[in-house]
Amino acid sequence: MTTDTRPAGRPLPAPGPDSEAFWTGGAHGELRIHRCRTCGRFFHPPAPVCFRCRSTDVGPEPVSGTATVAAFSINVQQWLPGFDPPYVVAIVELVEQPDVRLTTNVTGCPVDEVHIGMEVVVEFEQWDDVWIPVFRPAAESGDEA
Amino acid sequence: MNPLGGRAVITGIGQSEVGRRLGRSGLDLTVEACLRAIADAGLTPDDIDGVTTYPGSLSAMPGFSGAGALELHDALGLDTRWLMGSVEVAGQLGPVMDACLAVAAGVANHVVCFRSVWESTAQQRGGGDRASVLGKGPRRASGMMEWLLPYGAPSASTWVAMLASRAMHEHGLTREQLAQIALTGRANAARNPAAIYRDPMSLDDYLSARMISTPLCLYDCDVPCDGAVAVIVSRRDATGGLPRSPITVEAFGAGLAERHTWDQRIDLTTMAAHDAAATMWAQTGLTPDDVDLMELYDGFSYLTLQWIEALGFCGHGEAGRYVEGGRRIAIDGERPLNTQGGQLSAGRLHGLGFLHEACVQLWREGGDRQVAADLEVAVAAAGGGPVAGCVLVSLR
Repeated sequence: MTTDTRPAGRPLPAPGPDSEAFWTGGAHGELRIHRCRTCGRFFHPPAPVCFRCRSTDVGPEPVSGTATVAAFSINVQQWLPGFDPPYVVAIVELVEQPDVRLTTNVTGCPVDEVHIGMEVVVEFEQWDDVWIPVFRPAAESGDEA
Repeated sequence: MNPLGGRAVITGIGQSEVGRRLGRSGLDLTVEACLRAIADAGLTPDDIDGVTTYPGSLSAMPGFSGAGALELHDALGLDTRWLMGSVEVAGQLGPVMDACLAVAAGVANHVVCFRSVWESTAQQRGGGDRASVLGKGPRRASGMMEWLLPYGAPSASTWVAMLASRAMHEHGLTREQLAQIALTGRANAARNPAAIYRDPMSLDDYLSARMISTPLCLYDCDVPCDGAVAVIVSRRDATGGLPRSPITVEAFGAGLAERHTWDQRIDLTTMAAHDAAATMWAQTGLTPDDVDLMELYDGFSYLTLQWIEALGFCGHGEAGRYVEGGRRIAIDGERPLNTQGGQLSAGRLHGLGFLHEACVQLWREGGDRQVAADLEVAVAAAGGGPVAGCVLVSLR
């Protein structure tokens, strides 16, 4: 029971001026996260201003795409046509800065193998003009149990 | 210490018929609840000079809003000095706080605050779409849903489930502890003729229920219903001659200290509830020890545990152990919880039902579910994730 296959249907985002880099970075194999050039810290979701230091000198930068599962749920209920359960929805923390989190899917392994502390890496699913970042277990899964 | 200065009081309450697929319009239910509350306060619609509601006239989610403030105004031919209906307030109890500010400032004398839903009927009429599943449709996802819908997470059940998983990981929260919120609600609902689900529920029933989004099962999630609740908030100086002893709004919590997101809060085992509770306690000399009764939002069972911690009834990460076994929170326990059955068993009246029940109990009109012990101070709270608001009321 893996979630290895992409769903038949995935509702797509409407990228805006602030979020376009996030949803299209996958075309270049890059996970692009907004960063403040004044205080140096990343933040997500992207916005035109840093919520910490209020600098407007912000913009997307590529990150490694490595993250850690901080919380997750195996979704069992069918909510959306074509998006068949079970699948894992997870909150993952970026290795560059753990207080920057993405809500995403963990794919590529049986749903009951996903756990908090699991190391995951980004991959991209292209749908029309957007590249949806999802995460799969890191190859060297040296994570804590 | 109380910024309201004791000037804001509750003088009446009302609830409509509540049930599944009643086939009545949201406005119909709203009018029923509001007229009951107005009469309960010893007033007539001509005395009402303010209206507040959450979330206002929203049509995006079927049945999520039974009526807006202006619809009620028009339906009852009111003559108001002040009104508001909005979703951008301190949760579902936010409009009560706004009414308190209005009467304390002397802008209005008697404000009808209402919350109405007809999700059950609207879903049936709309072809089965779940009312509280956001953002479905052919258009692309934007706003908050831009970050959730592409990942198959349109329902708050998934968002809450992830946070509950974190509490299990960090604090050892168990499913048996989560179950206690559902079991306590069901036991109380058996004593409440207006509750929707009154059949006994055992721990085995809970543990064998189907999963919705791990670790939350069917009984961790409230049930869409049709119904409306109204509360009359009055200026104390305008209550002369009214039949009820006014219930004082001691303080309210509307704080929001971190970002309005489900996934970026610094400590994932806290919620905006913690910010709201902190600002509420800062307004009053009362403390958690003074609270006799907890009416705490249970749209999902885990949210109730968060409110118990946020309000300081136990330490951080200890709510699971606080409710374990159910004795402490039972109707004859040291601090009863959700005496009407909560939304899990009495129906998803979405927030204002908790304040309604606090008033029922303080006025000792709970019938078979009346708490036998003396009650002086009660807290009502609503919301989850980045949405939160709480109200402290008393007979003082």
